[in-house]
Amino acid sequence: MADRYSFSLTTFSPSGKLVQIEYAFQAVNQGVTSLGIKASNGVVLATEKKSTSDLIDASSLSKISDITPDIGMVYSGMGPDFRVLVDKARKSSHTNYKRIYNEYPPTRILVQDVARTMQEATQSGGVRPYGVSLLVGGYDADNGFSLYQVDPSGTYFPWKATAIGKGSTSAKTFLEKRWTEDLELEDAIHIALLTLKESVEGEMNGNTVEIGVIGPASDHMLGFEGVKNIQGPRFRKLSPQEIDDRLDAI
Amino acid sequence: MSDPSSINGGSVVAMVGKDCVAIGCDMRLGMQALTVSNDFPKIFQFNNAFLGLTGLATDVITLSEVFRYKVNLYNLREERKIEPETFANLVSSTLYEKRFGPYFVGPIVAGINSKSGDPYICGFDLIGCINFAKDFVVGGTSSDQLFGMCESLWEPNLEPDDLFETISQALLNAQDRDALSGWGAIVYVITKDKVVKRLLKTRQD
Repeated sequence: MADRYSFSLTTFSPSGKLVQIEYAFQAVNQGVTSLGIKASNGVVLATEKKSTSDLIDASSLSKISDITPDIGMVYSGMGPDFRVLVDKARKSSHTNYKRIYNEYPPTRILVQDVARTMQEATQSGGVRPYGVSLLVGGYDADNGFSLYQVDPSGTYFPWKATAIGKGSTSAKTFLEKRWTEDLELEDAIHIALLTLKESVEGEMNGNTVEIGVIGPASDHMLGFEGVKNIQGPRFRKLSPQEIDDRLDAI
Repeated sequence: MSDPSSINGGSVVAMVGKDCVAIGCDMRLGMQALTVSNDFPKIFQFNNAFLGLTGLATDVITLSEVFRYKVNLYNLREERKIEPETFANLVSSTLYEKRFGPYFVGPIVAGINSKSGDPYICGFDLIGCINFAKDFVVGGTSSDQLFGMCESLWEPNLEPDDLFETISQALLNAQDRDALSGWGAIVYVITKDKVVKRLLKTRQD
């Protein structure tokens, strides 16, 4: 794109706004609600898997994706834009970090990288901003568990709990009342499901809702035992059965 | 005027002790037979990782500046100090980038992980292959001699003061058997809460 277009398509309006970014926010707010909650021992990411038809094979599409074994990401807005950002984040965590330092990037570094990609799409020639907001949850040894939001503008914020997309305002009010410092992961999953229930229109079960968790290391996933100083991944998706079990408990 | 790794001369060695590491180097800088300087240290500190660099002196200087730059940016970006293991991988990737036009150096890294307290040492070849060791690593024009000295003198779980004596004797006697190393020596003894740097009294030839 940049070869034919040497000028940015995102330019200032007389009022000082970048209208293309405002429009990108509109695309986000029309998207399905997603939320994230940080607990004392983990992070929950949740979203609704809204299908336009019952014929859609919902299990084949994954809205919550892992970027590194300890970092996961969910979105509200345009699915294809999310897909591209996931691929870029996964690749960049290797080329710009693991292949240099032989370890995965800490959450904040990964977030800054994605945010830079999104900002570049607001200033580079011939491209449009990404039509997604992202919630990135992760764990690293120095900072513990963290939750970040990244916007189409490229701004990023750390959160204790937040929601993005269609029902985000009411969901955030809901979360504000329920979030506490000493929440544990299971409590956070419970609150996430309660919050989603408010904005989900159709049926809510293990197949219409997706939950991703960054929690304790799953050493059994390594495929071998007996090696010290190596931990399994912390990112995990709840199976439809696990979600249904928790929905029954509401 | 042939082998870049033995024009300027120099030696480094690192050892692991009980909750401590030590790293030492000679002070000579030469142009083949001519000694140009007796004040050319080959150990550089980056946060809590120590890098010993032998080989072509211009590459020793350049790489010490390259790593200073990379570690400074790491500190600013990550808002934390770099650990020895991470720094070692940074050295490896930096050297491999120049796979087909390498830096003529023989680096070694030594340090203590600030979180776990575990001692860490390793060596590399000129294109970045990591040689992880639990006992000692050597480098430079007297590396053969250093291997012999370390293999015989080293034992596990030496206390800091004993480790100092051991690494000093290994370095001194090895560099005295090498025409291109010597003219002084420096030894760092690193523990979790302090670093002691000592200048050794050596033969000045």
